[in-house]
Amino acid sequence: MSNLAMPKVDRKLMAKKSDIVANLKKILKKENILDHEDQLRPFETDALSAYKKKPLIVVFPENTIQVSKVLEFCNRERIKVVPRGAGTGLSGGSLPLEDSILLCLTKFNKIIDIDYKNRCVVAQPGVTNLSITKAVEHKGFYYAPDPSSQIACSIGGNVAENSGGVHSLKYGTTTNNILGAEVVFMDGTICKLGGKTYDSEGYDLLGLITGSEGLLCVITEVTVKLLRKPQTVKAALIGFPTIEDGGKCVSEIIAKGIIPAGMEMMDKSLIIATDNFVKAGYPRDAESMLIVELDGTETEVDDLIKIVSEIAKKNNSSSIKISKNEKQRLKFWAGRKAAFPACGDMAPDYYCMDGTIPRGKLADVLKEITRLSKKYNLPVANAFHAGDGNLHPLIMYDANEKSSLEKTEKFGADILKYCVKVGGVLTGEHGVGVEKRELMCEMFNNRDIQQQIKIKKALDASSLLNPGKVYPILRKCAEEGRVHVHRGKTKFPDIPRF
Amino acid sequence: MSIEEKQNFQTFQDSNFLIERPQNEREASNLIKKFYKSGLPIEIVGLGSKKGIGKSLQCSKTLSFEKLNEIIEYFPEELYIKVGSGTPIKTIEEELKKNNQQLAFEPIDFGYLFHGKSNSGSAGGQVSCNISGPRRFKVGSIRDHVLGFRGINGKGEIIKSGGNVVKNVTGYDLSKLICGSYGTLVALTEITFKVLPQSEESRTLVIHNQKLEAANSTLSEAVTSSNDISGASFFPAGPKVKGCTMDIEKTFKLNDLKQEGSLTAIRVEGSKSSIDQRIKNLEKELNNQKFNISILDFYQSEIFWSKVKNLEIFSTSKNSIFRIVIPPSEWIQLIYQFSNKFRYFLDWGGSLIWVEAFELSEEMFESIRKKVINHGGYITMIKNSEYLPYVEEVFTISRERFNISQNIKKSFDPKRILNPGKMYTGI
Repeated sequence: MSNLAMPKVDRKLMAKKSDIVANLKKILKKENILDHEDQLRPFETDALSAYKKKPLIVVFPENTIQVSKVLEFCNRERIKVVPRGAGTGLSGGSLPLEDSILLCLTKFNKIIDIDYKNRCVVAQPGVTNLSITKAVEHKGFYYAPDPSSQIACSIGGNVAENSGGVHSLKYGTTTNNILGAEVVFMDGTICKLGGKTYDSEGYDLLGLITGSEGLLCVITEVTVKLLRKPQTVKAALIGFPTIEDGGKCVSEIIAKGIIPAGMEMMDKSLIIATDNFVKAGYPRDAESMLIVELDGTETEVDDLIKIVSEIAKKNNSSSIKISKNEKQRLKFWAGRKAAFPACGDMAPDYYCMDGTIPRGKLADVLKEITRLSKKYNLPVANAFHAGDGNLHPLIMYDANEKSSLEKTEKFGADILKYCVKVGGVLTGEHGVGVEKRELMCEMFNNRDIQQQIKIKKALDASSLLNPGKVYPILRKCAEEGRVHVHRGKTKFPDIPRF
Repeated sequence: MSIEEKQNFQTFQDSNFLIERPQNEREASNLIKKFYKSGLPIEIVGLGSKKGIGKSLQCSKTLSFEKLNEIIEYFPEELYIKVGSGTPIKTIEEELKKNNQQLAFEPIDFGYLFHGKSNSGSAGGQVSCNISGPRRFKVGSIRDHVLGFRGINGKGEIIKSGGNVVKNVTGYDLSKLICGSYGTLVALTEITFKVLPQSEESRTLVIHNQKLEAANSTLSEAVTSSNDISGASFFPAGPKVKGCTMDIEKTFKLNDLKQEGSLTAIRVEGSKSSIDQRIKNLEKELNNQKFNISILDFYQSEIFWSKVKNLEIFSTSKNSIFRIVIPPSEWIQLIYQFSNKFRYFLDWGGSLIWVEAFELSEEMFESIRKKVINHGGYITMIKNSEYLPYVEEVFTISRERFNISQNIKKSFDPKRILNPGKMYTGI
């Protein structure tokens, strides 16, 4: 395991574990507190399983009042709290700290209100993303953001991470699809943000907490916007002889004024891996492949498919398949949605990166990834939300090999730095978490980071909520290889780190 | 200090003495640093077109960003445009039009409301107010179209957030926080907007003479249908209110529009073939054989929605104008409780109510605010009248949110020098 620096452990506090448990029992049911070594083990990691840390205690509050009381108690006693939804996050956002209480929201698993008149659903944060759509699809509605983990990820976690998915090009990410939330701040204050209306007055606190990675508050209720299912949806599966051709096709589709519902790209190694995995009928001889999904009225979709096909042909497409029915469309997607598990066939472990780049830089960035892959001698497969420039290189490695993870981390960091260099960003949808916090200085200068930390402190004065995430950790640079050392100096030494 | 009072000062001072117009971000930052040192509050303005919204300020200096007027980067194929905060919206729209693109949130031209003629203001002003046009319920509001910004906080420090790409979760999303903050957190210097293709065509289906209840079901069915509509408004024919100038017939003089009582207008945008199909579907679904229908073609539809968006229906009004945002299921119940001194129209499929109120008193405004809150909405005074030149609370806020907002304000502007009190006393 990589030597990951975390905030200084409060040993004195850990020694008082039994007192803390006794106090928590005054707030929560006994069975909702886990404190035995064996009980804590399953919670030592989230979906970024390369990093592990056992929490001090795990709690499962059942209602907002209990969340408020737990936070108020922890704030008073200076106990760190790490909130956790379904634990499907890929950036280590809910990685526990040794001296923290892990606050699990899994008992908040009810849909409270389905309101078709106002086209929204009020759900508790532990409700899974997909179950919202399942609850309303019989009436022709759905919830738009669809991260690959939608079968398991929770809506509260989606808000905390501002999750996207394959349809965010046209329909936006979580922040564009929620109307309100109930949240609890570290001092125990319960606050309703937004509601069933569009926008809200005053500062957009809902916008601020969305994507704040559990650093600002704990989400206890979410109101999501419902959309009506489009009349017709069709997908085109297009193979290209080179990555450049696929990239150009993406840019030209957008330049033509078409905003597809989804536009996904995969490289050769992933085409073959996913096709082996689900037999999706992908063009195995192609170097890159696009899935372009179009929705709207039937005539509109047919018109758009024609234009997209023409653009593809102009860019040397080697094959074009149009979905004939819903079954086939879902089959096209099955491969893409199974991209991560399919990588399990290729290597014992994989590390999923998540940068966003300007669409026009796609070929350039993929070339650089190939170069880095050779440099680090680690294979890589690329899945790409091509429409919105969100890249997911999957680096294959073997965690049992000595220093393999460290090498992988360096490779990943180099990819993300390159994304920033070409005008992109460090993370499109997975969040910064612990994984990319040291890279924040690639994108932001000291003042930018200071301003963000000041906001954190305005809402959590003692920095007790999910510390050690998102912002760089203050320590000696030799402790972690990923700290940027230039001529013996760390970048921005004046940043007050946690 | 009122404009009149400032002008009084100016009569015996250099006329530009009270207004600073920095040429660039660095100069603006230095100025704010100076004000931070002295603790002198400043008013932040763009082109001043929406200066009337919010509480009037007691600042001795005004910092105008009109000189930061520049299109910094525009990459049509990357769907973004980066501009200086003082860039006129009109300039941006003209530039985008060359590539058949647009700011899809439909920036409102408040010039008609405040001065009776067009003045759509600056990019910074639009972002600071976050009040979006009729397409909001389909495409989101201004805050959904700001990808990133640069600005100066209350200590004079230049800060940035976001980027040029749509999918970005790196750090807190400060772009959202800045939208609708009325210049109280940062003085914006640079904004990156997401842009979208312009629709090939638009057409509007207008149903005449519907009563409230019928309009309610039409709007609700249209918005929830799968026909992907992008405008849904209702202009009631009555009630007649002495002193109110809102007049449907005068505002919407269009060849194909019949003048018969109320108007329920549904807009469809897209390719021609798609519009044909969707208009046909809508006519069928709304089962409107019993109502009289007009269809506005592309040209007339554009004019119609431009007038709706720019509140031209109130352009001659000297009355108080406020807006209410409410869950769409609630509007009709609220309207039943309206005073007989109100004229109004609905937008966003019933979620937004624009109201003209004759001889509005502070008590009446507070009473309607309570009702709006009871129905899960919020109310904002947009334009004061001579009858009621000042209201204590322009915006609505709960105690918890006020406390949190105050802490956030402090984190950006510790001495409260940027537009202090513009939104709330103490912020």
